[in-house]
Amino acid sequence: MLPIDVLADLGKPLGYLVFFLIGAGFGFALEIAGFGDSRRLAAQFYLKDMTVLKTMFTGILVACLLIFLSSSIGVLDFSQLVVNETYLWPGIIGGLIMGVGFVIGGYCPGTSLVSAASLKIDGFVFLSGTVIGAGVFGETIKYFEDLWYSSYKGRYLVSDSLDWSIGATVLGVTILALVFFYAAEKTEEFFRKKETGEPWSWKITKRSYIFSAIVLVLTAIVILVIGQPDPIRKWKMMESKYSEQLTSKAVFIHPLEYVKTNNDASIKLITLDLRTASEFDAFHIFGAVNLKLDNLLDPKFVSQYAQLPTNGVVILIADKDEVSVKAWEYLKVQGVVNVYILENGLQNWTKLFGNLKVHGKPINLSSPPSDILELFPKNTYTPKIKVSCKKHGGGLCG
Amino acid sequence: MRRTLKPFTNPYLAGTILGIVLFLAFALTHSGLGASGAIGRIQVSMTKVVSQNHVDKVGTFAAIGAGDRNPLDHASVLLLLGTFVGGMISAWYNGRMKLEIFKGPKISNPQRLIFALIGGIIMGYGARFARGCTSGQALTGGAVLSFGSWVFMFCVFGGGYAMAYFVRRLWTN
Repeated sequence: MLPIDVLADLGKPLGYLVFFLIGAGFGFALEIAGFGDSRRLAAQFYLKDMTVLKTMFTGILVACLLIFLSSSIGVLDFSQLVVNETYLWPGIIGGLIMGVGFVIGGYCPGTSLVSAASLKIDGFVFLSGTVIGAGVFGETIKYFEDLWYSSYKGRYLVSDSLDWSIGATVLGVTILALVFFYAAEKTEEFFRKKETGEPWSWKITKRSYIFSAIVLVLTAIVILVIGQPDPIRKWKMMESKYSEQLTSKAVFIHPLEYVKTNNDASIKLITLDLRTASEFDAFHIFGAVNLKLDNLLDPKFVSQYAQLPTNGVVILIADKDEVSVKAWEYLKVQGVVNVYILENGLQNWTKLFGNLKVHGKPINLSSPPSDILELFPKNTYTPKIKVSCKKHGGGLCG
Repeated sequence: MRRTLKPFTNPYLAGTILGIVLFLAFALTHSGLGASGAIGRIQVSMTKVVSQNHVDKVGTFAAIGAGDRNPLDHASVLLLLGTFVGGMISAWYNGRMKLEIFKGPKISNPQRLIFALIGGIIMGYGARFARGCTSGQALTGGAVLSFGSWVFMFCVFGGGYAMAYFVRRLWTN
């Protein structure tokens, strides 16, 4: 199942080669579109040549349709893809600054690279400018750090903000892009007629445009109809990838390891208690969150756990391990990285810790101190928790 | 070696190729495309040559180049190199490999280069501020429906259109 991780699977030299080849494809696509020419790029802002808008939105749309189509049919796991995190105000301000730089300099960073590669001096000078600009940013960020880290929304999709399904959003984006394309063609036609009297090629190739538009809309409708897989369907598709961790018991932890982790300040521990509310009220571990298994089927609810910092660990507690296993499956397929199950829930908790005394006093059962670890032989349990940062690559641009 | 100049590809076809490359990037590497991150790394590696001490001191520089960490040992740099080489091959194949300066009809070459430098500095600054450039933020984030990326994209166009009138002498008759 995609995505694969070329750096982890192939090692550095070969993985880097793949990145190089992807880059080459990117450079090729930019060059054949004419993005090595600042006049063509700047013309976008004078409405004479809408190539930038057309190429960019086609690229976004095609990639978007391929990603969500393969996700809906179970070929690609969307939760594993890096989605640019939203910092709203820095994005708005940075975007406006870049728009100004774009029309003054005639390029953006990627296109100036292609321009410089084809020996355009202005492209090379612009590219040098971006290096200087990056340096100036690093030197001055300390004056507005608060702003730069403000309005953080994490992995926040257009569909979240509209409260639409992914499929509906993809269809919306498709229609929006087609409207933009039509407006772009009409705008070009207007200027073309005014200046040369020639009709625009749109008239000649209308049929192929309409045919392509129909294909795009149909693809979006297929994505909408199939829908994105819910955690239950996703688990069926990904079972082979993760089930080994369950059968080998690699994710079942001993209560002592729980206590150790709970007292480890370097770990951000989230304890999810799946028992009934009355059982929870009778006794629970300090800081645990009581919820129902069904809550974990709601992607909006789960996203907070998928976005934990890299030192975040989620531990599940239930009456029966079958319930924790289900919860583990739901969380895993939704991109929660470090998830473990407290083996047998709290059944042995009182038996293990009930009679313990530290410095002559009975311990607080809902929050046992790390001192009790010394009361047990070292080999009482096998440590299972590995805090692994499975969030991939990322930051190609950041 | 001189090849005949070929016309640019239809923007929708070029865009489709771009989209397929972007999809492959996601499928093979978990993340999309980008340029400005690697540009930041090049900048830090150059700063390192001048003053390692300074790199260690500035937070955003230290994150990628502190101590004996090599800022260029990163996938994004390979992606950037690839972009350069891919652009070069395509330009050569299509007969566009020519030493020249692209500019509007009304300005001189030195003027054009000064504005290219100013624009580049502004762009480099903005790209770091927005945590990504047109490729890494707008294109890549746009395809995976990142809300911030879509807002960013409209802001780039908005900033460009708002400024266009004031610098029209640079590009138009």
